[in-house]
Amino acid sequence: MYPFTYTKAADTREALNAGRRGGRYIAGGTTLVDLMRETVEHPDTLVDISALPLREVTVTERGGLRVGALVRMSEAAAHPKVRTLYPVISQALELSASAQLRNMATIGGNIMQRTRCTYFRDVSADCNKRDPGSGCAAREGFNRTHAILGTSDDCVATHPSDVAVAFAALEATVHLLGPDGERRVAFTDFLLQPGSTPQREQALRQGELITAVEIPALPRPLKSGYLKVRDRQSYEFALTSAAVALHVRGGVIQEAKVAAGGVGTVPWKLPAVELHLVGERPSASLWAAAAQQAGVGARPLAHNRFKVELLKRTVERQLSTVGGTK
Amino acid sequence: MSAEHPVQAQTPPVESPSAPTRRTFIATTTAVGGAAVVGDLVAGSPALAEEADGVEAPPGSRVALTVNGVRRTVTVDNRTSLLDLLREHLDLTGSKKGCNAGACGACTVLVDGRRVNSCLTLAVRLEGAEVTTIEGLAKGDRLHPLQQAFIDQDAFQCGFCTPGQIVSGAGCIQEGHTGSPEEIREWMSGNLCRCGCYLKIERAVEQAAGRKG
Repeated sequence: MYPFTYTKAADTREALNAGRRGGRYIAGGTTLVDLMRETVEHPDTLVDISALPLREVTVTERGGLRVGALVRMSEAAAHPKVRTLYPVISQALELSASAQLRNMATIGGNIMQRTRCTYFRDVSADCNKRDPGSGCAAREGFNRTHAILGTSDDCVATHPSDVAVAFAALEATVHLLGPDGERRVAFTDFLLQPGSTPQREQALRQGELITAVEIPALPRPLKSGYLKVRDRQSYEFALTSAAVALHVRGGVIQEAKVAAGGVGTVPWKLPAVELHLVGERPSASLWAAAAQQAGVGARPLAHNRFKVELLKRTVERQLSTVGGTK
Repeated sequence: MSAEHPVQAQTPPVESPSAPTRRTFIATTTAVGGAAVVGDLVAGSPALAEEADGVEAPPGSRVALTVNGVRRTVTVDNRTSLLDLLREHLDLTGSKKGCNAGACGACTVLVDGRRVNSCLTLAVRLEGAEVTTIEGLAKGDRLHPLQQAFIDQDAFQCGFCTPGQIVSGAGCIQEGHTGSPEEIREWMSGNLCRCGCYLKIERAVEQAAGRKG
């Protein structure tokens, strides 16, 4: 690990001042400290933001939910409002990492976490994300766990977060605070596909701070849930995953929110699947037909062709689990 | 495994024995290696080279925290993990360094009552924190119920993961995630055991949770 200076921000203004001068924010630190030790990350200054008042979970006026950026994963997952209003969020969080890491990591940090691509983490390998212009060792390398959607010639790394898949499905908004004030960015615009600049991962400006993630109100009753498919039963990143939320009234699907994880360079919203569901009556054949849309546009690599079929089956299984099969 | 960022010579946080022990010998040896790394960096970085003219040591900070009920004030290199602070500065070697990457759980301790990976926790961030390690679980001669349960259930072989398993299990019981063997397994999945004692570890947690309830 390279040396760095450390400063703890007493309040938001102090944090923003330090951020504007190029300081790197640290919240839970579970990704950042790990990557600093691997020398993938080497910030000159760490700005500890843990004292900032961003720890609240609140119901918004319209009945949505605002989760402060410093709410820990374990706290968000256990929060009664999160559990009752959006089980998909609780489930995605509790299927992530380990109990220890969930006690440390925060919601803001979770969506900022960096890819688990082994070539990104190995400083001796070519990686356009870590070292722009050096190439992508994963393209022709061992790419079984890599992305099949949203990839570019320069990068095929997946976004590792589970809860980000739930946020994408539910069309969350990221609240940001910067030197120029507050702004809000749609979650699906916040995380960037790699294109020719894989080193740019979020739509963040210099010194900007995530203050909260807001989940919009959705019509009730809303059934939702998260399914994660992985190489071992627990404590592992997703090969594929599906976040599903359905609002069914009068026997007809009125709203469908679906996104997939483990397959995209960003959490992958599945509008074609959603379109296929809305206006239809829940049935096993509907789930199967809708899930066929999940693989549209997939570009598998040498070792991850299996993900195309696995994705469809994951989506179908979770539609069936959330929506029932009658 | 050695510490990455051993005690700064100018700030001994606790009294060290005057005769070199195996541990202090290793720490001293590592310090030389650590200095070389800094030297390489300074050579390659103009910004840091300036700083290096006036300042020999890498940036450090003073932290006051409570470890197993004892108030400690230490000055650490900012890079020092809580795990290295415990093992190399405070001579609390119960917490183990397995992966040093948050993947194995051998370093698990409680910080302000929550189980965390001490290898991914920067010591410099712990001002005012209450840390409990495996050494702090027993009350005098009376073992923590989970320590006793590990003995009763024969829940270890080599023992390297055991301190982390027990502290994590104590956290798991406190959190109330012991409703079934499946729940215990899921909520203990952050602790690996290469000897494969999982079944007995699960039973030990179950036993201690029952005793508590």
